[in-house]
Amino acid sequence: MGFLQYLINGISIGSVYAIIALGYTMVYGIAKMLNFAHGDVIMVGAYMSFCVTNYLGLPAVVGILVAMVVCTVLGIIIEGLAYKPLRGASSLAVLITAIGVSYFLQNAAQLIWGSAPKNFTSIVTFAPIKLFGGQLTITGEVIITILASVVIMVALTLFTGKTRMGKAMRAVSEDRAAAQLMGINVNQTISMTFAIGSALAAIAGVLLCSTVPTLQPTTGSMPGIRAFTAAVFGGIGSIPGAMLGGILLGIIETMTKAYLSTQFSDAIVFLVLIVVLLVKPAGLMGKVVQEKV
Amino acid sequence: MNKIKQYFKTHSYNIATYGIVIIAYVVMQYLSNADMLSRSVNGYLVPICAYIVLAVSLNLVVGISGELSLGHAGFMGVGAFAGIVTAACLQGVVDSDFGRLMAALLVGGVVAGIAGVIVGVPVLRLRGDYLAIVTLAFGEILKNIIGNLYIGKDETGIRVALSQAELHLGAGGKVILSGALGATGVQKLSTFFAGFLLILFTLFVVLNLINSKEGRAIKAVRDNRIAAESVGINVTAFRMKAFVVSAFLAGMAGALYGLNYSAVSASKFGFNTSIDILVFVVLGGMGNILGSVISATVLYVLPEAMRGLADYRMILYAVVLILVMLFTWSPKVKEIMSVVTAKLGGIFKKKEVGTNE
Repeated sequence: MGFLQYLINGISIGSVYAIIALGYTMVYGIAKMLNFAHGDVIMVGAYMSFCVTNYLGLPAVVGILVAMVVCTVLGIIIEGLAYKPLRGASSLAVLITAIGVSYFLQNAAQLIWGSAPKNFTSIVTFAPIKLFGGQLTITGEVIITILASVVIMVALTLFTGKTRMGKAMRAVSEDRAAAQLMGINVNQTISMTFAIGSALAAIAGVLLCSTVPTLQPTTGSMPGIRAFTAAVFGGIGSIPGAMLGGILLGIIETMTKAYLSTQFSDAIVFLVLIVVLLVKPAGLMGKVVQEKV
Repeated sequence: MNKIKQYFKTHSYNIATYGIVIIAYVVMQYLSNADMLSRSVNGYLVPICAYIVLAVSLNLVVGISGELSLGHAGFMGVGAFAGIVTAACLQGVVDSDFGRLMAALLVGGVVAGIAGVIVGVPVLRLRGDYLAIVTLAFGEILKNIIGNLYIGKDETGIRVALSQAELHLGAGGKVILSGALGATGVQKLSTFFAGFLLILFTLFVVLNLINSKEGRAIKAVRDNRIAAESVGINVTAFRMKAFVVSAFLAGMAGALYGLNYSAVSASKFGFNTSIDILVFVVLGGMGNILGSVISATVLYVLPEAMRGLADYRMILYAVVLILVMLFTWSPKVKEIMSVVTAKLGGIFKKKEVGTNE
């Protein structure tokens, strides 16, 4: 029964990673940049939700909505101010700018909310479900997290597959110049991608802090790195890959902590990633691009 | 005479690099001896030396070899702890502090170099962003491992374990490393002079490597891997060479850094430090060694100098970082700058013509 319990917890934390990884992978697919500030957008989302529910006393749903709106706007502003002027510059320059943005968000949050951790009240109010005479406990957070990630996954697949904007996104990620020649507004498409990625980050932030209730300015960075790893694990640029990578990473992490070693869980998780990349250099579901001479 | 002239002409960049470092050292040493530096500034001297070495060594990988490495601090950490353990073990064996420091630097470098070989074999099979993520992963693994090591010493020798209880130290034993707490009670051996020597050594290794046959091969691999391969350059061997040399130097810098504080913990050598070093390299200019030296110094001092601004300093640092990147890399700004310089050039030319008439 212990195994099942760990599996469920692993899927739950993995779902959060998956939602964050979706943001990384979409931005990477379209703008070909590693957006290291993504983890900090998560933190901003969590703080927003915290403020709305704790200081204004509004219901959790409002908190999530406000967090999503703020993060969406934040994502578009960051993209417009910091990344857009660097389009066409070396990818390393954009990477460093993203790191600058990450520092900025962390320190701004520290200035506004202080560095002392805040106790995040969970958005889930119903009691945990107990199965098999209490041997297996499924908390409300776990259910909500898994449900949310499934809904997001389906919605994103439909969006990129069926809508005009989604098709434009795929076109831009495949070949930016050709997409532009076909009359697609590339800049607008990239902004839209950042908006969606940041809105997802807000949801991930709320879900993450509902499961692990300490909220501080650095809350987003470690899950951010984990999720980034998950995105690479699944094949960066691929939406189902990010989902799979996130959930697998969550399961591996929980299982390692449960059965192998809590001390070395980080090392083992990253070791698995390295082994996977050595066997499949483009990730689990990534496309292998042939190099042309 | 002509030969000397020729030498100066071709090596002017290297001479300038060495010259600036030596002059900076002499000036700082003079100021320090004359008691004109505050305590805090004196405290920055050794870390600055360590960061200069780290930036120059990372530049070898990122700028010269063209691979984005996000795990440089891992090698620094390996070097730091190897150095601390060495220095602690030699206590009572080697009397001179300087001798122990040199031994610690050497061991730190060698151990980090070995880690570089272990990491390099799998990492260098990958390319681009995947290589970056695997170096990040290895950096975290190294940090995780050194954060869980317990090393102690007693009369029977050195003992290594994974927890305090397993250490089984005999009477009079001393714990050197204690897991997540890191090393405490480290004897501070690092001196500014040693840091200066290490910088000179690093510059000597890196500048000679860049200008050698090997260096040209490494740069050829960076510029066009396939073309390099087709003229018979062993791509993996040369990438490996640059990577291991870089890890070795980072380990030495780590040992210097570690022996400058009485307590060092593994959390210092994580992703954030790797990123800081990368920022030094990119802002200093990829492949530009002198640039790395200057930017490491300026960017290390900048947040410290802004301490007066208290909470705002890191925000300002972030803003400065973003603005510098936008102004130096943005294609639009570059275009504007080229127009401006062309116009200015035009004005000067006209004036010249005017004076001639």
